[in-house]
Amino acid sequence: MTIFGDVARWFADPAHWQGSHGIPVRVLEHLELSGLAVAIALVIAVPVALYLGHTGRGGFIAINLANIGRALPSLALIGLGLAIAIPLGLGLGFWPTMFALVPLAIPPIMTNTFVAIREVDRDVVDAARGMGLKESEILGTIEIPLGLPLMFGGIGTAAVNVVATATLGAIVAGGALGRFIVDGLALQEYDQLVAGALLVALLAIVTEVAFTALARASAPPGMTVSR
Amino acid sequence: MKRGRTIFAALFAVALVATACGGAGSGGTGATTAARPAVIVGSTNFYEQITLGELYAQVLEANGYKVTRKFNLGNREIVYPAIKSGQIDVVAEYLATLLAFVDKDGKIAKPTTDKSQTATGLQKALDADGLTVLDPADATDQNGFVVTKDTASSKNLKKLSDLAPVAKDMILGGPPECPQRPFCQLGLKNVYGLTFKDFKPLDAGGPLTVAALEGKQIDVGLLFTSDPSIVAKNFVLLDDDKHLQLADNIAPVVRKDLISKDDGTLKKLLNSISAKLTQAELNDMNKQVAVDKKDNKDVAAAWLKKQGLIK
Repeated sequence: MTIFGDVARWFADPAHWQGSHGIPVRVLEHLELSGLAVAIALVIAVPVALYLGHTGRGGFIAINLANIGRALPSLALIGLGLAIAIPLGLGLGFWPTMFALVPLAIPPIMTNTFVAIREVDRDVVDAARGMGLKESEILGTIEIPLGLPLMFGGIGTAAVNVVATATLGAIVAGGALGRFIVDGLALQEYDQLVAGALLVALLAIVTEVAFTALARASAPPGMTVSR
Repeated sequence: MKRGRTIFAALFAVALVATACGGAGSGGTGATTAARPAVIVGSTNFYEQITLGELYAQVLEANGYKVTRKFNLGNREIVYPAIKSGQIDVVAEYLATLLAFVDKDGKIAKPTTDKSQTATGLQKALDADGLTVLDPADATDQNGFVVTKDTASSKNLKKLSDLAPVAKDMILGGPPECPQRPFCQLGLKNVYGLTFKDFKPLDAGGPLTVAALEGKQIDVGLLFTSDPSIVAKNFVLLDDDKHLQLADNIAPVVRKDLISKDDGTLKKLLNSISAKLTQAELNDMNKQVAVDKKDNKDVAAAWLKKQGLIK
């Protein structure tokens, strides 16, 4: 049970809060890595899912294709990313990890966005069409606003997965919070390891809470969000 | 219950025999196998250790021992508790590094630059853990600090003490445990007075360190003196002019339990490998595995045949 005391002391040590190896820098690195991964996944997944959701075509195939991203082992992707990044001069750590995180982030964003658009009441969409709204207007003024809470839910799931998995980047000499875990293991400093794990868990929870709040806030007036 | 176990044991024995017969075709060793203790050979997680593990495993197998291979287990922090607790029986170790690991404060013995002195000291330290160190080989695999050819020529670096005026602007790269290891960053500070701008945690003389050196993400990297990439990538190995590194000769470390169950053959066989294992021979095997991408198993077998240790 001394491990809890050790972890508390580890957090209390001012040396662990300073410099290029300190907690603030590692948290920023973690956010930078995770944020960019989710942003890239959004750019890839959202337009495809909006189109498929609006037209109702090919959704099944696209979502199953995207779901491959869930099945691929992130560790293997990081290794593959390393083999690709080094000859390209992208270096160690950041980009090889990105290579694993983006495929992980795509499936929940893709699925939720598709479902969010599909599940908008067809009567509402037909009424809009009957009133003479263009397809792009239907998507922009009706389907997206009504689907937004569910879309944010998907983005939140993706972000939580990414925050937890970005930890693996330390294996390929990346920074971020995984550093504390990998170094703690190498040095048998379990206080450092547990502290790193707690920081990752905390960041994941904050991410979850933030996206839940976003999902609620994005709901149009009169719509209740249960999540 | 008891009967069920007997049947199970009998089935298991049949399966074992079937496997043995279907194996390397080393028929006729059945009688001797019974007299020989089973041996579990372990290794840490890099190619030289796997080759050394193969050398030990194959010479034992050729002489009727039943060998289980548990290679690639992890670093010394994992492998040493494994041999201490009997999860493995034999592992190739490095005298000075192991002594400093087992006897951290140097209360029992301190490693020196002398091979036999360090081996004697190591044996004293290993007694408490029920382990024996056998004959050390001439071959060593020590920590070596390397820079790229560009860095070496622009900063005029040949030996480690040349780093003194420039280290403060340089990034050192090595395994995550380096900053706290006496033969790594801690030693560079204490023996050479070197303080680097930063330390980048990478791997233990592996592809990350090589890539980081090539990509200029670090200036000085920790590789092993027998690392084939030093030649392949044109790196410059800085001479250890103040003798930070101690006698890190390769030697088999064996559980005393196992030796007491054996008639002395095991000891003799493992020592026969150490007797032939020179630095040049080791480096040649390392190059075959790491650069020519040959299998550890084949490289070890070819070497043992060349040395006349197996047929």
